[in-house]
Amino acid sequence: MNSSDNTNSGKESTADRMRRGLRRRYAAERRFRLYGLASIVLALLFMLFLFTGIFGKGYTAFLQTQIRLTVDLASVEFPVSVEDIDGFYAVDYAGLIKESLYADFPEAGSRRDRRALYQLISPGASYFLRTRVMEAPELIGKSVDVWLPADDDVDMFVKGHFDGEENATGRLSEQQVAWIEALRKEGRLETHFNTTFFTAGDSREPELSGIRGALMGSIFTLLVTLTLSFPIGVGAAIYLEEFAPKNRWTDLIEVNVNNLAAVPSIVFGLLGLAVFINFFGVPRSAPVAGGFVLTLMTLPTIIISSRAVLKAVPPSIREAALGVGASRVQTVFHHVVPQALPGMLTGTIIGMAQALGETAPLLMIGMVAFIVDIPGGIFDPSTVLPVQIFLWADSPERAFMERTAAAIMVLLAFLVVMNATAVYLRKRFEKKW
Amino acid sequence: MDANNLLILVCLMACGAFLLGRYRAYGVSGGAIRKLRSLPGHYGFYSLILTAVPALFLLFSWALLSHTVIDGLVLADLPADMQGRPAAELELLLNDVKNSLQGVGSSGSDSTLVDTLATRYTELGKRADLLLWVLTITFCIAGMAWAWKNIRLEYPAQHRVESAVIFALIGCSLLAILTTVGIVLSVLFESLRFFQAVPVTEFLFGLEWSPQMAIRSDQVGASGAFGAIPLFTGTLLISAIAMLVAFPVGLMSSIYLAEYADHRMRAVLKPVLEILAGIPTVVYGFFAALFVAPMIRNLGESIGLTVASESALAAGLVMGIMIVPFVSSISDDVITAVPKAMREGSYGLGATQSETIRKVVIPAALPGIVGGVLLAVSRAIGETMIVVMAAGLAANLTANPLEAVTTVTVQIVTLLVGDQEFDSPKTLAAFALGLVLFLVTLFLNIIALHVVRRYREQYE
Repeated sequence: MNSSDNTNSGKESTADRMRRGLRRRYAAERRFRLYGLASIVLALLFMLFLFTGIFGKGYTAFLQTQIRLTVDLASVEFPVSVEDIDGFYAVDYAGLIKESLYADFPEAGSRRDRRALYQLISPGASYFLRTRVMEAPELIGKSVDVWLPADDDVDMFVKGHFDGEENATGRLSEQQVAWIEALRKEGRLETHFNTTFFTAGDSREPELSGIRGALMGSIFTLLVTLTLSFPIGVGAAIYLEEFAPKNRWTDLIEVNVNNLAAVPSIVFGLLGLAVFINFFGVPRSAPVAGGFVLTLMTLPTIIISSRAVLKAVPPSIREAALGVGASRVQTVFHHVVPQALPGMLTGTIIGMAQALGETAPLLMIGMVAFIVDIPGGIFDPSTVLPVQIFLWADSPERAFMERTAAAIMVLLAFLVVMNATAVYLRKRFEKKW
Repeated sequence: MDANNLLILVCLMACGAFLLGRYRAYGVSGGAIRKLRSLPGHYGFYSLILTAVPALFLLFSWALLSHTVIDGLVLADLPADMQGRPAAELELLLNDVKNSLQGVGSSGSDSTLVDTLATRYTELGKRADLLLWVLTITFCIAGMAWAWKNIRLEYPAQHRVESAVIFALIGCSLLAILTTVGIVLSVLFESLRFFQAVPVTEFLFGLEWSPQMAIRSDQVGASGAFGAIPLFTGTLLISAIAMLVAFPVGLMSSIYLAEYADHRMRAVLKPVLEILAGIPTVVYGFFAALFVAPMIRNLGESIGLTVASESALAAGLVMGIMIVPFVSSISDDVITAVPKAMREGSYGLGATQSETIRKVVIPAALPGIVGGVLLAVSRAIGETMIVVMAAGLAANLTANPLEAVTTVTVQIVTLLVGDQEFDSPKTLAAFALGLVLFLVTLFLNIIALHVVRRYREQYE
């Protein structure tokens, strides 16, 4: 390699050897540095890939294709009184929608064509029409324009989710595509903001499904978790940090807490199933059961972070309080805890953010059921946002994929808000002693 | 007659007791608070505790036990010839009773019997409710009266109240131990029942896993096979792939952040990397199943490899990225804890920065890094959602990362989601797997925490 050097002097000088070695060592130095940078860049690229992938898939779920139909409300009889809810429910709204469609496309004569035509509209459209009529009974007897949600296949096609695939129209027939184009030309097929996604519970029909139920379930579950885990966690931290004598027992508790923080979450699910559901008979699938399990899961986080905060309060504060005659309990609750409270809140918020994203233990206690109703309390069967994501990700319908991604976006938004609050609290109240 | 109303009533009475206790303290002191041994507020709290705690204790223990007690009483009323029936049958009967109370159809038990039991059930429930109200209110009033009587000038209320507070704090911290005990007991009992049906050796060393039991005994695969080796190897394979990603990336990024990056860069990049740890695992699972797995599959096919659509590689890669922040934050901690003098000594001898890091800093920080890696491994083994969504269900015994494997956690989830019967080995198998999972992660955690702790002490 260095034969030219060798021929000149015969024997290499130490300086040369050192210079050569130096060059090699500096190259190694640069390489090493590059590896470090590369691994950070790799992690960041992955994150970018993840976020763009999910946002790219999900943002279309916030829009929903709707079709404007002119429905003749004079053609059927409505109940006289607005209070007669059963009467309103008995009206054949699907028939009204069908008639309107057949009138617009008289060329669909055969039974098969008619069915194909009706398939453009969501099976839940009659429900929307009913709500519209019940909200505005003065429309009865008139011919009205209503925007009704299109079927999910139409929605996917209009949003271009089938572009670039072998079968560019999904499950739609050529005839149906022609109808869609006709509707689009007349300005009767548009994508509007998808309010259903935020107001409905789960559904088998993607265009009728929403995250409201899961969101309420998450909120109830977190409420139970927060009311239990904050006082218990802070209490445990205060005892361990301020009162506990240094002996084998407190050592055991400490090791225990640290261990619990690293126990796989699914094991907590098994605990919840065996103890809360089977032994104590807590209702399955209810936020209260989920809240109990998540309380046990978040406790170690809260205890560990609260202890760190308490430890940071300087001993001089305690000594001063004790010196003017306060008891130990008074010292802790009047002087130490108020100083540590913002930090404890920060730790709790971070624990809550973890609990919000937790899925596996909740699968064990039956929060995976298909639940259409929006839960109204902590004892109602419900699901939570991450479990809803898991359920939708398993669904074969194409349209559920974008909804899954959109639900993830909502979940991430909540997490960002919670973590930002924690960071803000930390920055705002951080004390340098 | 709602339990919530009762709870509210107890809280109101407790508040009243506080005011009453304070009022009594003022009263006995005759306006001269200095004569009191404790502050008037302490007497208030003393009275509050005596009023609320026994009543709340009664309320909660009843809430936990009411179902068991009432069920037992209802069953005790059954005619003698029914008493000897197996427990499962009686449970079914009780379910029918409860369903008929809620207006749901029964599953074909004797309807007159169900009706009589249902009336008895409601009657007992009403009686129990009344008793609960009376008892709770009596407890409250008795507590209040006791406090009223005890409040004297020299009574050490402060001492009593503070003991109660400390007692409550001890209770909070004991919950951590209770949780561990609960975990151990719950998985252990169900596992023991499982091992009565399936021998331990077959479970730990068997090579075949197919827990689906047939309903009739003459169907194919009626017995089910519970050899967990394919699950263990699958878990190890995916965890190994994850660690192959997480260890170098995590360690190198923490080295870069701790040693090379300037202050501003570190302040930005460190929290950004931590975001990876905050993303819910279900999101990673969705991402792995939807983006990474097809990508790996296409990539493999373009170079002529057959890749399963639920390959271990996809799940492992994504899990690896998820674990990066765990490795990097612990490594960062231990690397920054290495004393500056050691680095300076190395620089003084003419070593470059990377040589110092490789030959001095890393060896010094090694115990801490090992601890961090063990914690990361334990997390990889216990990780559930990514593998549930992106890894397979078929228990293949293979070391090929391009094939689909299943893991312990995946099987726990599939066995327990849906209908559960707590007498079939299929359901109990999940608890046996849970026990193995708990023990393995516990072992890893204890070693890791011990190592990290020892290391911290070394340089403190």
